[in-house]
Order: sequence, then structure tokens, then C-alpha cells
Amino acid sequence: MAWTRQILRVNLTKGTCTSEPLNMEWAMDYLGSRGLASKYLVEEIDPKVDPLSADNKLIMATGPMTGTIASTGGRYTVVTKGPLTGAIACSNSGGYFGAEMKFAGWGMIIFEGQSPKPVYLMVENDKAELRDASHLWGTSTWHTEEQIKKENHDPQIRISSIGKAGENQVLFSCVVNDLHRAAGRSGVGAVMGSKNLKAVAIRGTKGVGNVENPAEFQKVTAEKKQILAENAVTGEGLPTYGTQVLMNVINEMGALPTRNHKDVAFESANDISAEAMAKPRDSDGKAHLVTNQACFGCTIACGRISKIDKDHFSVVQKPQYHGASGGLEYEAAWALGAANGVKDLEALQYANLICNEQGMDPISFGATIGAVMEMYENGTLDEKKIGVKAPFGSAEALCELVDMTANGEGFGVEIGLGSKRLCAKYGQPELSMSVKGQEFPAYDSRGIQGMGLTYATSNRGACHLRSYTVASEVLGIPVKTDPLTTEGKPGLVMAFQDATAAFDASGLCIFTSFAWGLGDIQPQIDAACEGDWSEAKLQEVGERIWNMEKLFNLKAGFTKEDDQLPKRLTTEPAKEGPAKGLVAGVPEMLPEYYEIRGWDKEGVPTAEKLKSLGL
Amino acid sequence: MQKSLYIDPEKCTGCLQCEMACSFEQTGVFNPSQSRIKVFSFEEEGRKVPYTCTQCDEAWCMQACPVDSIKLDATTGAKVVQDETCVGCKVCTISCPFGTINYVVETGKVAKCDLCGGDPACAKACPTDAITFVDANWTGLDKMRKWAAKANDASL
Repeated sequence: MAWTRQILRVNLTKGTCTSEPLNMEWAMDYLGSRGLASKYLVEEIDPKVDPLSADNKLIMATGPMTGTIASTGGRYTVVTKGPLTGAIACSNSGGYFGAEMKFAGWGMIIFEGQSPKPVYLMVENDKAELRDASHLWGTSTWHTEEQIKKENHDPQIRISSIGKAGENQVLFSCVVNDLHRAAGRSGVGAVMGSKNLKAVAIRGTKGVGNVENPAEFQKVTAEKKQILAENAVTGEGLPTYGTQVLMNVINEMGALPTRNHKDVAFESANDISAEAMAKPRDSDGKAHLVTNQACFGCTIACGRISKIDKDHFSVVQKPQYHGASGGLEYEAAWALGAANGVKDLEALQYANLICNEQGMDPISFGATIGAVMEMYENGTLDEKKIGVKAPFGSAEALCELVDMTANGEGFGVEIGLGSKRLCAKYGQPELSMSVKGQEFPAYDSRGIQGMGLTYATSNRGACHLRSYTVASEVLGIPVKTDPLTTEGKPGLVMAFQDATAAFDASGLCIFTSFAWGLGDIQPQIDAACEGDWSEAKLQEVGERIWNMEKLFNLKAGFTKEDDQLPKRLTTEPAKEGPAKGLVAGVPEMLPEYYEIRGWDKEGVPTAEKLKSLGL
Repeated sequence: MQKSLYIDPEKCTGCLQCEMACSFEQTGVFNPSQSRIKVFSFEEEGRKVPYTCTQCDEAWCMQACPVDSIKLDATTGAKVVQDETCVGCKVCTISCPFGTINYVVETGKVAKCDLCGGDPACAKACPTDAITFVDANWTGLDKMRKWAAKANDASL
């Protein structure tokens, strides 16, 4: 059956940890992880709750495939109401932490209330207790992991924690586990910070021993791993170059948002690409990239591990950063680089490692810096206000500002509000490149039209991981579609959204979907779980999750007006490249999208649609 | 032909497929904490290193066992713990210089790699060939081939 059937409920106000059985009826309808945790959240909190109040809850959840031998079966999800957006937040992470939760016998941990003082949760199999974390407060995620292992005399503990950014409730702070992996978006770290919850530490030795049909499961997971190994993207592109394989590809398409989306191509893209990471540096003759690494159970291993140049200005006085660390991945390299016009690879790695160390989403941080730089160039902000000269392209400003934001110093406090609030504060709301308050990732919706609709309709604000139509529009997976046209995109986006929700609910990584379809995860889930899991059922689970999230957002106060892109993308045409002259066609795609979703003209699911999904 | 496990840490990504396969083969549960092969992480250098029993000929564990509970499997060369007679005294865990035989609280016995009877699950599960099961007389063959290729490269 693969579910542990046990939930840990932690009341931070009262300081209690209690066990309760998993609602198996819900498991059958929502599968796990993103789906099941979201079901618990929508049942348990008022959608209008202040995300940073004691009344919000935060759930860490695994899926039925988490902690099994299925490739990439190590994911967990952090679900809560997000402070950056006010929408339902659902951030997914790899590393080893999710599997450890499962090995300890827990499918899900629900945090509620607010602790009067900093605490961390220590879980050792059935035993769970809150411990004082006042000595960890004010320290980084890296220090927190090291210290918890040390004080418990156990190097095998797995830890998920927040850094100073989460403590300071930076609205795009994240939850970091296993040093370099993060539940990255929507400010889930700030919710932990608001609850005075510094970390969750787990040691599990029970394992996952209850898959429904072990022999079939072994056989089918081995077959599916072979498909990943033989696929050009998952078997070669991602392990060799990581997600950074995309930098030059997307740039050549004229879809690499540059300088706060003023441009659609970055003249120095190659300097911050996978190819540049692998090339020996002029300075010390060493390549930036050290190796690739995998998350738990993953046979793809797309993760990058790099070493920064010891003589680079950002770390020359900071030997603690001379070792290997995670990154650069594509989205971060774009947000810290092209989005700001910065071409200094070492500076990007520095900003990225500070984001990991202190727990910030590099996408939202980088994109917010893009807005700051534009306001610096148009004279709204000056050196006195920011504390540093901040024109587009300034690596020095990037490195200075990442420290200030992570540490909550000076203008960094305002950057920590995210671009929407920051730009509004200075009277230029149109300069925030975001939807529902969450900043765009690395694809320009003028050059990849499906991504515009993806961003506009994503339930957690602008995001590439809700429906990665780049797969189809750029890579031809599962079929090639024209990135420059809006035709057929509403259906494509909907299909990707629903399938992605099912992948996320299973506990597998969405990157497998470059090689796997629902038809490939179906037999793995079916062999692992009790009940009949057909492809059609998984499709329906995905659609149900999407509609449930949408209903939460509607009740939270979102309307059709929030399903729009910033004016820049719908009124300022791409200046060059294949998309020259084009704007994002979201206004023309949205009505069709609502219609095929079975929603009314205002984007509200019809009674009939809800009934068909059992909502 | 006798075979040996051969480990090339350079190729290890840290995915733990080996630990999952080992624990499942040995206990029927996906449980890295019961795996007889462990992957170690050296964060500062970004290195991952799988480590397990090398099946020494003059095996310290076997020599030290007071109840003769570790026996040689003549076909595979593995030194195999006999669960029926192991008394859990842990002397073998002290004598092994490499730490690759360990006491298991849950069973009250010691556990070590037994090469899965001649078809090690870890090697089959490893997606990058960081763990291979090769001719025991020629564990260096791949490395030799690599150097041989260099020697034959006129461009060097």
C-alpha cells in the first residue's frame, strides 16, 4: 500500500506531538504529497487566514512512492498558505529528507499554532518531541544541520530547516534540506519562521516495507529506470549539463527574459551557461562545476555541485565558502544572471550559495533585484536609498544585496518583501514581473506562448513547475508544438497541469516526465498501492487537485483579475529573435482555458465540474 | 570464475539505489538503515563514496568469531554470517579494520555483505556503474584500459 497510514500532528502552541491515522478515503482521491496535504490544508484552515499568523498551518508530506526504490522516489512537499502570494503554496523538494520521514513511519507532519520560543522537532521513528532551538536561531541552515547532528551524536539524521531569511520572514524565504535542496517558492520558509519552528530533524530506521506487490514493483520500477537511462534528456542532457543545458537554447529562441523582462535575449548568456560551468576558468584553470549529484533514489542525477573561484571578490575574504556547494541550476542562474544583466558566473554562484545557506528562493530574490535595478536606472531609487550602486549588470550589487536581504540589513529588508510589494511601495507596480505576487521563472511568455498561460493560471503564482509546456514547445515532448502561437495552448496547459499534479502527488520528481508519461508512473503506483490505479484515475486525481487548489484561492479572494500577466508582457513586443513583434497572448487564451476547464467566464469551476470531481 | 564487487567513487551520484536494493534483498524492506553497503558524503569536496565489505581472504571477522559463525562461501568467496549460530557477541565488529560488519539491534545478530549469493543487488541497481561485479582477478581491468587508451593516443 506504500502509505505509512500515520500522520504526525505537532501543535506548536501547546508543544504537543500526536499521532493519528491517515484518512485513507482522502488518500484514494488525492494520492499523496501535494494532493493529500492540500486536501488536509483546505479542510483545516480558513482560506482568508493571515499566512504568517498562528492560524495558518504548514504541512510536510510524502507520497506513496517516496522512500521506495522507484527512480526519483524521494520527494516531499511543503504545503501551506503562502505569504508571498496569499494563495495556496506547495513547494516540492528532493534530497534525502522526504524518504527519511517515510522511513520513520510518517506520511505527513502537520504543524499548527505558534511556538512561544524557537524550537525544532526531533523525530526518531515513533518518538517525536519539540526541543529548544534558541541556540540555533539566528544561524544558517548549514549550521543548523551540522549542529543538530553534532548534539545528537548522529550523522545520519536528515534535516529540513530555515535560515535567517525564514526567521526574518522574508516573503520568498524557503525551507532547505540536505544543504542544497529546497522547497523553494512562495515563502514557505517565512511560515516556519512565523511559527518559531527552526528545523525538523528526522532519523528513520523502519523503512518502507509495505508495498502492495513487491515482486511486480521491483520489476516495473527497473523497467522504467531503463527508459530514463535511454532517454536523451534524462539519460544524457540532464546528468551531463543539468537544467543549465537550457541557457543557450532558450536564449537562442529569444525567450530568455533579460533585465527585468525589458529584453528577450541576453548577449552574455553563454558566460553563465552549462558550457561555461564546465570550462576551465582563466583565473585558476579549474572548472566551476565539480560534479553532478542525485537526490534520493534518483537515477537521473541532474544536480550541480560547484566550487567558486577562491580569488573572486565575493569570497576572497570568506574561506567558509571555498568548498563545494549546490548549483547553479538553470532557474537560479537565469534569475541571478540574465534577469539582472549580470554575466559574472562566480557572482551568481555566490548569490546562489547564500540563498541556500540562509534559505531564500533565488528565483524570486533574483527577479526582485531585476526590479530594483530597473528602478535604480529610471531614477526611482538611488545609491543612498539602496546602499550600493545598482545598475543592470552589477555583480557587486548582486553580491552585496544578497547578503543584506539574507541578514535583514538596510534595504535588504525591503527586497525581502518581493517585487510586487517593493514596486508598489515606490509607485511602480507595473515593474514587478510577477503573477499573484510571485516572480516569473526563466521563460519569456512572448517567445513561449504556453508559458504565459501557465504563469497566469498557476495556483501558486507564476511558476514553471505547474505546467512545463517548454517540454512540448521547445523540446517536442510528448509532441512538438509551435512556441510562437497561442493555438491549442489552453488544452496543452490543462493537460500538463493535471498530469503534473498527479506526478507531484505520487512522490516522484516531475523531471521524469521528460521520459515518462502518466502511463509510465501508473504501473509503478499500481504495484505499490492498494486500490486500482488506472491512468484515467491518475488523470482525474490531477484534475481534482487542480480544482481544489483553485477553489481555495477563490475563497481566499482571488478573481479573474489575478489570472493576468504584467502589462509589459502583453503590451511591449519582443524586440528581437524569433518572437520579435509578439506579445504574450494570455488575454486571448484565457477564455478558452476557462471553458475547457469547465469553469465559467469568471474562472469559477461550475457546479457540474465540481460534482464530477467529487468536490 | 570468481567475481568481486568493484567500486569507482568517481561515478557515484549519491542516489542510494544500492542501499535500497541491498536492504530489500536482505530484509524485504526498503530501508537504508539495514543496508550492508553505505554511501558516504564528503560535502566539502562534493564527493560520494560507496563502501562495503571487500571479502578479505584472511578475514579478521571470520578469524575472531568465537562460535565459528562466519563461513566462507567457496563459490562466491563471500564470508557469510550464519544467523542460526551467531550469538551477537560483536567481537567481529571490533576485529574488522574497515567497519564493514555491524551489529543489528533488531535481530541481535551481526550483518555484513554476503554478495547476495553471487548476484549482488547493489551492483544491479547502480545506475552509473559506480558499483560493478567483475572478475576477481581483474578488478583493475577498466582502469588499465583507460590508461592504455591514453598511451595509444597519438595526440598526447
